[in-house]
Amino acid sequence: MFAFAAAAIILSMVFSLIRAFYGPTVFDRILAVNVQGTKTVLVIAVIGFLTGRPDFLDIALVYVLINFIGTLAALKLFKYGRLGDDS
Amino acid sequence: MILVIDILSWTLLAGGSFIILTGSIGLLRMPDFFTRTHPAGMIDTLGATLIVGGLILQSGFTQVTIKLVLILILLFLTGPTATHAVAQAALASGLKPWRRPHEDQSQTDGNHAPHEEDR
Repeated sequence: MFAFAAAAIILSMVFSLIRAFYGPTVFDRILAVNVQGTKTVLVIAVIGFLTGRPDFLDIALVYVLINFIGTLAALKLFKYGRLGDDS
Repeated sequence: MILVIDILSWTLLAGGSFIILTGSIGLLRMPDFFTRTHPAGMIDTLGATLIVGGLILQSGFTQVTIKLVLILILLFLTGPTATHAVAQAALASGLKPWRRPHEDQSQTDGNHAPHEEDR
């Protein structure tokens, strides 16, 4: 059952990668990469349970935070053209 | 009792897989950016909740459960916030929401440019 869930999530990751490559605007790409990060967290957790070693959950926990910060940083970089405040 | 918990967690995992697959197909086939935020939000909240809920039922009462609950809370906080921020930035940058083409023809408000008509 874990293998089925992991296969379904990996198949759906292919779809959102197609959207991230094909997206007409930059916001489509950012949205697709954000969804891709969420699915990465889920597939890390499911594969940890599949192999019987759920120690990868720490990596998943860090990946949630990095995904959120990365999305906001990409949006800010696209809007202002820089990340810090170089006054 | 173990069988009941197994069936319940398998149901949750199958439901989450279904939601994630249909959400990804919707992310491919929706006609516009603002309509694509809807399946993205579905994947971020409902699919993640079902998958992590199924894993919580499999893990029992250990340290793993605490980590899974923490992942669930963080996904619930950050996922809709990121989707809202992307949609707000798209709206602020002047992206127009999609309209159905024959509604544009019935209304004569001069908004006659149906972009991405083929999808």
